Amino acid sequence: MAILDSKVPEGPIKDKWTTYKDKINLVNPANKRHIDIIVVGTGLAGGSAAATLAELGYNVKAFAYQDSPRRAHSIAAQGGINAAKNYMGDGDSNYRLFYDTVKGGDYRSREANVYRLAEVSGNIIDQCVAQGVPFARDYGGLLDNRSFGGVLVSRTFYAKGQTGQQLLLGAYSAMNRQIARGKIDMYNRHEMLDVVVVNGSARGIIARNLITGEIERHSAHAVVIATGGYGNVYFLSTNAMGSNATAAWKIHKKGAFFANPCFTQIHPTCIPRTGDYQSKLTLMSESLRNDGRIWVPAKLDDAKALQEGRLKPTQIAEEDRDYYLERRYPAFGNLVPRDVASRAAKERCDAGYGVNATGEAVYLDFSSAIERYGKEQAKIHNIKSPSAAKVYELGKAIVEAKYGNLFQMYEKIVDENPYETPMMIYPATHYTMGGVWVDYNLMTTVPGLYCIGEANFSDHGANRLGASALMQGLADGYFVLPYTIGDYLSNEIRTGKIPTDSPEFDEAEKSVKDRIDFFVNNEGTNSVDYYHKKLGKIMWEKCGMSRNEKGLKEAIAEIKALRDEFWKEVKVPGGADELNPELEKAGRVADFLELGELFAMDALNRNESCGGHFREESVELDGEQKGEAKRNDTEYAYVSAWEFKGEPSDAVLHKEQLEFKDIELKQRSYK
Amino acid sequence: MNLTLKIWRQKDSKAKGQMVEYKVTDISEHMSFLEMMDVLNEGLVAKGEEPVAFDHDCREGICGMCSLQINGEAHGPDRGITTCQLHMRMFNDGDTIVIEPWRAAAFPVIKDLIVDRTAFERIQQAGGYISINTSGNTQDANAIPISKEAADKAMDAATCIGCGACVAACKNASAMLFTSAKVSQFALLPQGRVEATERVMNMVKQMDLEGFGNCTNTGACEIECPKGISLENIARMNREYLAASLAKS
Repeated sequence: MAILDSKVPEGPIKDKWTTYKDKINLVNPANKRHIDIIVVGTGLAGGSAAATLAELGYNVKAFAYQDSPRRAHSIAAQGGINAAKNYMGDGDSNYRLFYDTVKGGDYRSREANVYRLAEVSGNIIDQCVAQGVPFARDYGGLLDNRSFGGVLVSRTFYAKGQTGQQLLLGAYSAMNRQIARGKIDMYNRHEMLDVVVVNGSARGIIARNLITGEIERHSAHAVVIATGGYGNVYFLSTNAMGSNATAAWKIHKKGAFFANPCFTQIHPTCIPRTGDYQSKLTLMSESLRNDGRIWVPAKLDDAKALQEGRLKPTQIAEEDRDYYLERRYPAFGNLVPRDVASRAAKERCDAGYGVNATGEAVYLDFSSAIERYGKEQAKIHNIKSPSAAKVYELGKAIVEAKYGNLFQMYEKIVDENPYETPMMIYPATHYTMGGVWVDYNLMTTVPGLYCIGEANFSDHGANRLGASALMQGLADGYFVLPYTIGDYLSNEIRTGKIPTDSPEFDEAEKSVKDRIDFFVNNEGTNSVDYYHKKLGKIMWEKCGMSRNEKGLKEAIAEIKALRDEFWKEVKVPGGADELNPELEKAGRVADFLELGELFAMDALNRNESCGGHFREESVELDGEQKGEAKRNDTEYAYVSAWEFKGEPSDAVLHKEQLEFKDIELKQRSYK
Repeated sequence: MNLTLKIWRQKDSKAKGQMVEYKVTDISEHMSFLEMMDVLNEGLVAKGEEPVAFDHDCREGICGMCSLQINGEAHGPDRGITTCQLHMRMFNDGDTIVIEPWRAAAFPVIKDLIVDRTAFERIQQAGGYISINTSGNTQDANAIPISKEAADKAMDAATCIGCGACVAACKNASAMLFTSAKVSQFALLPQGRVEATERVMNMVKQMDLEGFGNCTNTGACEIECPKGISLENIARMNREYLAASLAKS
């Protein structure tokens, strides 16, 4: 399929990126100042890209819907960032990081991109330390590492439980230096509402000033989309309230293919939903599964009593508890990958064993860990036959030192003390591996239009490993895009300033204004959230942790019907020429209502189970792996790249066949 | 529970604002404060009225977008949290809750409860960075050992989320805690020492230009800070500033 050229360079995988960099065209420093680049989104990917491109001398315009680049949702990442530094001397290498990422992604990512990611991972740590990012250190003054799920080495760098915050503030500081120099024009409280394509190439965007409502035209020689994932299509997720897919979806409608929309990560350890008013879900770090044991009651009667509040978890005897992950996966136990842990929780809750009023929660219990650490401490401190209270006291101190901030966060939200009663957790939408299709240059199918970070599809396949999102965002922005975009821009040195009075700008601006006018003038009856919640319910029930043909077909029909109703009945108070949060939400939900349908179509097409995408029709039928996810490499070892053709249902599927030359394809087993 | 809300409404930066009273009913104690505001707004939209505009985004206490002066306290009655982490169990049935925007001359109101905090941006742009370019050839991250103590202290200062509660809590509307957090982070690290003199001079100058008040050491900022940024940072910035002034003169 010529239309989907991944442009992966020839040669051995270890040399591809070096050879590529040696051969690309460069832009003379004097010419860079005549070239404009628009960067939309200022998280780790967009922020690092904007700063680096400005340092190189390009004129950058950066856009964020928040009041500062520092507020992008990368800031909420807790755990850490992977890098193949091998500071621990435990056998890490670029190849190993590459291998773990491809395997963790269930063999649905592009080898060459992932190898490059591993290759530049070490540079990211060097860069961030030079910027003053206060990573955790050991007593010798060197950088500390910890371990994360799915790997056998310690390669995760961290800054307490706020690694994303510190890395983003690093990129933000680099941006600030360029804003002060006048090399970045920062547009806070601005939202991109369309891309402008002139003669087939991206030449600018239409943006709305969210304070005044003014619709603005911005032109550039290239446009970079770095607007994150589309997890909020589920309404409830661990994303920020404003996280949206509008920029990604608008470029899809202007010619950029959308890849693997059904690959979504449902994170197993989030605080459960409590009521219909709930606006978002809060993640509890994956690290808790190192010491917490996950269980539900073994008896349905007990579960019912828990749901009705007649019984407390501490009253359930040890033999009446079902530690289902330890039972089903003796080798990995509570540390199975995220997708496996999430599905197992759903299976138990669907069978009626959920432990809270909604029936959608399982326990994450630290009592065994407290006892184990307590006994160990008693030995260390030479306390002979310690009382149970003493063991608890000693053990609690250790657990507190390791997870104190998370326990406190849990207690603030749920109002229960997790040292004394087990935490309740349930899976929640967290990250989207799918996104805009890009080639090796991170360019979309529209020339001059790039997509980086979570917004693109390339590096995590069907499942992302912990601490890899931060790595990819910064790799794209600091070390990949600045090279690849230069190769493209080397042909633009004679172009001159792009005018904004062309018919293409007129047309894009008109369509944006028409849509806004429609919203503020529509005499509807239901709020935007009413539709967003309904969409979220369809997505969660039919395109969530477990999917089947019947449910997906229903979802497609239901989303379409909901979208039709939305366009008739949505009510948006306030006007177009003012700060209007309801109007902002309306545009975003309108796009989610289209994306959701494509999502379900993609899930329907992919009749295999891989990573976060579980099709009930594709499971192991017998043997030790009975009932587990079954990947189908013969038929589905490809990237689904969808081309927009008017309506989501008209989308045309293009396939990028994935080749695995450096890694052998294997079925994952955690038994 | 049922509550009475007194909320500051202001059409835009030029309009005159006023307190408006609303009632909300059937509020669950498990709701977050902003979810209670969502309920209020859903009701207003249903009635065809304009919802109350307020800033918010991550709703997990890290982005720094949410604000709100609640019953006279920045981020409300609980400690060590942002407004989005405040839960309704801190209130009682029948309570009247007064909700205002951050009040400071340097933070003009944009609409209702939303204020303009770009003054903070300009303070950061004046020197809140280390001047290094992106390069694949930066020295190895372990080339300069940094004591765990210094790294931990720098981290404590670096956890500032830039929400502005310190300014809102201060009777002088001073931005000393905010500015000193960034100055401290870099002052404590060897990478930041190179430009330390210029940085503190420029950031303090910009802070003053923006119209923030002076520090009189009342410590309200430290108490209301959702991230527990310590007053020590202000003391450190004062030392840095004095040293820089002497070095310059």
